[in-house]
Amino acid sequence: MTRGRFAPGDQVLVRDEDPPHHHRTPWYIKGRIGKVDAVYDPWPNPEEMAFGKTNGPKIPVYRVEFDQKDLWDTYQGPKRDRLVIDIFEHWLEPVERSQQ
Amino acid sequence: MSDHDHDHSHDHQHGHPHRHPPAPDIELSDRAKRSLAIQELLVEKGIIGQDEIRRRVEEQRGSPMNGAKVVARAWVDPEFKERLLTDARAAVAEMGFEFPDDTGLVVLENTEDRHHLIVCTLCSCYPGALLGPPPDWYKSLPYRSRAVNEPRSVMSEFGLEIGEEREVRVVDSTAELRYMILPKRPAGTEGMSEEELAELVPRDSMIGVAEPMPPDTIRA
Repeated sequence: MTRGRFAPGDQVLVRDEDPPHHHRTPWYIKGRIGKVDAVYDPWPNPEEMAFGKTNGPKIPVYRVEFDQKDLWDTYQGPKRDRLVIDIFEHWLEPVERSQQ
Repeated sequence: MSDHDHDHSHDHQHGHPHRHPPAPDIELSDRAKRSLAIQELLVEKGIIGQDEIRRRVEEQRGSPMNGAKVVARAWVDPEFKERLLTDARAAVAEMGFEFPDDTGLVVLENTEDRHHLIVCTLCSCYPGALLGPPPDWYKSLPYRSRAVNEPRSVMSEFGLEIGEEREVRVVDSTAELRYMILPKRPAGTEGMSEEELAELVPRDSMIGVAEPMPPDTIRA
C-alpha cells in the first residue's frame, strides 16, 4: 500500500476553503478537527477528473472520524456517536500538539 | 425547417383548428433533458459509445439479494467474513459480484457496541452491484442532510431505535468508496442455512435504517 502523509490515529484539520470548482469536501467538516480512522489506497483526484484530466497523480484518501457533538451544536444523542467521512489528502493538515 | 410557418393553432389539412396534444407519454424534467442532451452530444462527438453507456447502466443493475447473500455467507463462514471486512471488493468477487474498476468497496460490521448508517451527502453514492439502484429516499435532500446531523431521529422514522449504549456511526461516502453494512446476525438463527439466512436480510439493513428480520419471518 502506498504510504500517505497520515496514519490511523493522527489528528487532522480539514482545510476551510471553498474553491469554485467541483470538490468532495462538504461544508460541515471544513475547519473541523478529526482523527484518521483508516487509510485507503490513492484514488484519482475528482477535482481534476471533473475537467477531464484523467491522468493526474492519484491521491491518498482517508476515512476521518469526528465526534458528532463537535460537528453540531444541537446534536441530540450520546457523546459516543461519531461520523466518518472519506477525505482526499490535500484537504487535510496535521494538527500541532498545542491545538489539540 | 421549411418556410412554412408552423403555428400550432392554425388550421391543419384535416380541416379543424386544434392544438397538438400537450405532451408525449413521458414528460422529461429540465434536468433529464439536459442530461439526455449531454449524453447525445458525447456519443455524437465520439467521446463515449452507446455501448459504454449501456454497460455502465447494467453495472448498476444489481439486486439487494446480492448483498443479502454476501451477508449470509459472512454469518456462516468466519474466514469469508474476515476477507470481507479487510478487502470487500475481492471477497464479493469470489461470489461473482463485480464492481466497476473505478470504485472501491468497504463493508463495515455492526456490533453490540456500534451501529452504522450510510449516506452520501454530496450525491447518492451507493453499492449498486450489491444493493441494486438506490431507493428514492436515499437520494432525497432530506435524508442526505438529516442523516448526518440527526441520524437517530431519521432511523426512528424508519422504525429503528438504537439504544444510547450503542454508538451510532454515520458514514458519509464522499469519495470513490462504496459502503455496505454487515448487520448483526439475529438471535435464534443458529440452525439456519445460508440460503435461509439470506432471506432475513432486507436492503435497508445493509444501509443502516433497519435490522435483519427475526427467524420466524420465514419459518411461519
